[in-house]
Amino acid sequence: MPVVGDSLGEMQATTVAKEIALAVDGLSYAYGKRTVLDRVSFQVEKGSLIGILGPNGSGKTTLFRLLSTLYAAPSGMITLAGYSYPGQAAAARRRMGIVFQSPSLDKKLTVAENMVHQGHLYGLRGSVLRKKVEDLLRLFGLDERARDLVETLSGGQQRRVEVAKALLHEPELLLLDEPSTGIDPVARRDFWRHLFALKEQKRLTILVTTHLLDEAERCDRLLILDRGKRVAWETPSRLRALIPGSVLSVRSAKLLEIEEELKRIWAGRRIRRVDGALRIEPRSEESVEDAMRDAADLLQRFGGDVTALTVSQPSLEDVFLHLTGHHFQSQNEESDGTAEH
Amino acid sequence: MEPRNTSIAFGGFGLGVFTLWSREVVRFLRQKNRVVGALGTPLVFWFLIGSGVGSSFRTGGTHSGDYFSYFFPGMLLLVVLFTAIFSTISLIEDRREGFLQAVLVAPIPRSAVVAAKLLGGMTLSVLQCLLIYFLALPLGLHFSLGSFALVVATLCLLGLALTGLGYLLAWPLDSVQGYHALMNLLLMPLWLLSGALFPPDGSVGWMRAIIHANPLYYGLELLRAAMWPGRSSASLWLFGAITLLFTAAVGMAAVVITDRVRVRHP
Repeated sequence: MPVVGDSLGEMQATTVAKEIALAVDGLSYAYGKRTVLDRVSFQVEKGSLIGILGPNGSGKTTLFRLLSTLYAAPSGMITLAGYSYPGQAAAARRRMGIVFQSPSLDKKLTVAENMVHQGHLYGLRGSVLRKKVEDLLRLFGLDERARDLVETLSGGQQRRVEVAKALLHEPELLLLDEPSTGIDPVARRDFWRHLFALKEQKRLTILVTTHLLDEAERCDRLLILDRGKRVAWETPSRLRALIPGSVLSVRSAKLLEIEEELKRIWAGRRIRRVDGALRIEPRSEESVEDAMRDAADLLQRFGGDVTALTVSQPSLEDVFLHLTGHHFQSQNEESDGTAEH
Repeated sequence: MEPRNTSIAFGGFGLGVFTLWSREVVRFLRQKNRVVGALGTPLVFWFLIGSGVGSSFRTGGTHSGDYFSYFFPGMLLLVVLFTAIFSTISLIEDRREGFLQAVLVAPIPRSAVVAAKLLGGMTLSVLQCLLIYFLALPLGLHFSLGSFALVVATLCLLGLALTGLGYLLAWPLDSVQGYHALMNLLLMPLWLLSGALFPPDGSVGWMRAIIHANPLYYGLELLRAAMWPGRSSASLWLFGAITLLFTAAVGMAAVVITDRVRVRHP
């Protein structure tokens, strides 16, 4: 399994001058005998937006829980906003805002009441707290709903309250677990717009777990996990550069026959079936002309049977496939190692 | 393994307890069916057992008067028990919903989470009991400032202890069904065998031994002594000390379990 991204040694050399918002070194975790995180390391610079990407069972949920200080790992180091965890848990917690996947709002309370309780838990009170609640609700376009019970809000609005709540104590580090779960595409776009604005305005470091590849594309850097191991720690564009050239995708009613034939004539190239289409990775060194010739070749051979042929930039999906040797989505159906129900 | 919280400043404790406690109370009051259920159930029990079934047998022994008045302190204990159960079921819901996760990663000590829960259960049960107590006063309950103070103090301790017991059962569980099973297995027998329904003196030896080993018996006798002086042979100081110790032990156990037992979050 290829591992990309800088080694630990390089990282230490290049990040001396940079402010580190979060550092993880050699982090491992096991449920009984089953290892779910295997010596994961990475460092996050202040002000960046980081995506943790991986299918279910990759260890991403466990990593999130360890980082959110829900429980501690027996081996490895975690430094959150400059404080080691679990040693300096309280100091670290005061500088972190966390939004879990499952909603943490009390639906029987109003939006403002939820915010005030959260403020109290973080040591804020009185007029200072009231002002902050007002400001944040206005920032998230929720000031009109402050007195409404949370259960009367839409899914997208509730998500926004969750984030507003996590920002009350002005954290340096914001952790979000699958923030788009259960909200519609419009609300999702809205949500990410808010997130980017925050990152710019407050130089907030944001770490987000996701299984949605289009969300991952927006991150500054991606940590890709597979079966508890770090398989990549790179920017989305550099990840895509791992696959030089264009990916060909063929749709056809005779997919199996075409696949067989292609594997024969293009032996040595990766050809996979993904969502009812054949995806063909480019050769190791490929020009645009090569891709054009391949496409023409394909049409000449199977023209009548091809319903669609696309030539595209490699997606993160392709990269994941390239790195791990298996498909991203198909993992979702497998038993989930970290679900812990 | 749970992270240790020793480095968390004490300052966050009071505000944390206050905010979580007030959430418990507000939540209770917003759910009208909970209010109705909490007040209605003991009244139905009181009526059925005290006047309906009660007339078909007599308590015997040295006790005079009807079963109605014997049963009254036991009924208050039942109110406390029901409230404790409802308050701690919400722990399981909070875990499933995600509210608890957010509280556990806040910079407050975990003992604040326990304290708020126990105080919340205590507040609700004491208020309900006092409401019923004042309704029952004209029926011949002894009243003096001293006895009132004893009733309130005992109810507070029982409220903390039973909510604490419920907490110990609820903390490791992830389903409400599992809690109901444990509740029927442990909490209801604990009430039945506390002397709430029948006095230990009239029962067979082993039953008497069980009742005397039940920590709730001592709190119950304190209530009885406060409401009908002379009806109970309780030594106030001894029984008070036993109830206090029991409450303290349960409270500490709840803090330990919260700190040490890592529970999976769905």
